[in-house]
Amino acid sequence: MNAVVTGVLLGGFYAAVALGLSITFGQLDIVNIAHPTFVIFGSYVAYIVNENFGLDPVLAGIAFAPVFFLLGMALYRVYYVSFERTGQESLSGLTFFFGLMFIIEVFLILFYGVDYRLVSAPYIGKTWHLGFIDFPLRMTVPFVVAIVMTGGVFLYLSKTYMGRAIQAVSQDRLALQLMGADPIKVKQIALGIAIATAAVAGALLIIIQPVEPSVGRLYIGRVFAIVVLGGMGSIGGTLVAALMIGVIESFIATFYGPSWAPAVGYGILLITLAIRPQGIFGRA
Amino acid sequence: MAAILIAGFLFTQGADNEFYFFASYVVLQGLVMAVAWNILGGFAGYVNFGSAGFFGAGVYTSIVLNKAFALPLPLLIVASGCVCGLLGLATGVLTLRLKGIYFAIATLAIAIMLETVASNWEYVGGAAGTFVLQPTEFFVFDSYIELLFMVMLSLSILAMIVARYLSSSKIGHGLSAIRDDELAAECMGVPTLRLKLVSAVTMGALMGMAGAPYPFFVTFIDPISAFSLLIAVNAIAMPMIGGTAAWYGPVIGALLLGLVQEISTVTISSELNLLIVGVMLVGFITLAPQGIVGLARKLWLKKRSP
Repeated sequence: MNAVVTGVLLGGFYAAVALGLSITFGQLDIVNIAHPTFVIFGSYVAYIVNENFGLDPVLAGIAFAPVFFLLGMALYRVYYVSFERTGQESLSGLTFFFGLMFIIEVFLILFYGVDYRLVSAPYIGKTWHLGFIDFPLRMTVPFVVAIVMTGGVFLYLSKTYMGRAIQAVSQDRLALQLMGADPIKVKQIALGIAIATAAVAGALLIIIQPVEPSVGRLYIGRVFAIVVLGGMGSIGGTLVAALMIGVIESFIATFYGPSWAPAVGYGILLITLAIRPQGIFGRA
Repeated sequence: MAAILIAGFLFTQGADNEFYFFASYVVLQGLVMAVAWNILGGFAGYVNFGSAGFFGAGVYTSIVLNKAFALPLPLLIVASGCVCGLLGLATGVLTLRLKGIYFAIATLAIAIMLETVASNWEYVGGAAGTFVLQPTEFFVFDSYIELLFMVMLSLSILAMIVARYLSSSKIGHGLSAIRDDELAAECMGVPTLRLKLVSAVTMGALMGMAGAPYPFFVTFIDPISAFSLLIAVNAIAMPMIGGTAAWYGPVIGALLLGLVQEISTVTISSELNLLIVGVMLVGFITLAPQGIVGLARKLWLKKRSP
């Protein structure tokens, strides 16, 4: 029973990590393979702020979300000018993000080494007991924040004009232009939002576990599995898929040992790609 | 090609500073990986992020067969080539039908899966790693490292011959048609899936062969070093820097980047050397997407037209 609860809590957090990729990969067709590395970057920002000013990591993540938003906008400009405009996105664009991932990782290693870093907050280490079920707060707090953030992005995408424009941009660029929206600007804002969620997700990650620069690589498999399984760009699908992967991983870790857990995300990803590449919730 | 081999042989007989052989081995290993990567990545436009997975599979095939049957090195290389060729085939069958991005992610997935399996496999030392003894027989060479250098030089030449043959043959033309417009190629009767599978198998086999001698080179091997991300990044960066359109692009990129890395590892630090690879990779793909070969061609054309 505790494995299920842990899995669900973990899954909610995975949704926060996958959220940004669901927007970029699912809706903009930008394969930001560096997304998990931006999450790790977010973790380090939360760590630095927490270490120096004692600010709560979640608040630090939210405070830095606007900075990450601008970073994402700038990133899209570079991506657009160098690859999207020239039609090079498949080979060079993909490699660009791969190189970016590598650079960020090496930078973090250069400045902070390969030691595990962690944050301190009053709720880390405490546990709520409901009957015989445990709710470790270090996982419950990130779960709640993640669900709120996912819900917020879902409302933004479905209710506001800009949100709908983001959903439309990859489907029918011309129609969007005729409606009076600039597709480049729309995509720029969308990538900004995606990277901004990485700031918060990073803060959540470092609450759940200590972080070192190469942790991001494990998350690549997980988040791509979640996004593909969730049907590419559907926020609801992403959440359900994230919960599923969280529970499966938690079971594998309980019964076979945690050293196999990293393979779960990638394994599910491979199976999904082989059997049902459009995901559970995708259109055929 | 034969001249290079003879020159290499004379080098082993003449030079006696072992460092040169260590450094050249690493550069040549990068060259084999880069040329292999380019067969699928450059010719057909399918990005492989998991080169380290194929390399590592070659390393571990070699370790297992060496431990179980103590096979000689040439047989280990052939066996690793076969195993990784099959791995390439399996990856291809699973994902080459889909868009290129899925193939890219699947290769990354396979690399991580294999690393997890290797870390959990006690027979080959698990996550703690294992020691491999170098044979004590050197044949005509002065030391084992010279022998390994010749082995890697031969593999490099083999890789270049294969890549050159593929790029000038019908297969190469089919692959570049796939890269430019897969749908159009399919409609023109190019057997796209079969061509992609052929190149995936070739790529896998060459990468596995590059990995097979590695345990004897380092003598201590653990999953983290066998599946190192640097191997995957190098295999992508070298062709991208040299130019992906021609078979000799990755050769130029590998020699240049390999040399820069060897020099910077010795003179500065190994972390900074990683940064150089990353920055050069991103710099080249944003500013010179055709690589050095593309830049040289542009200059050549400018010179000829007044």
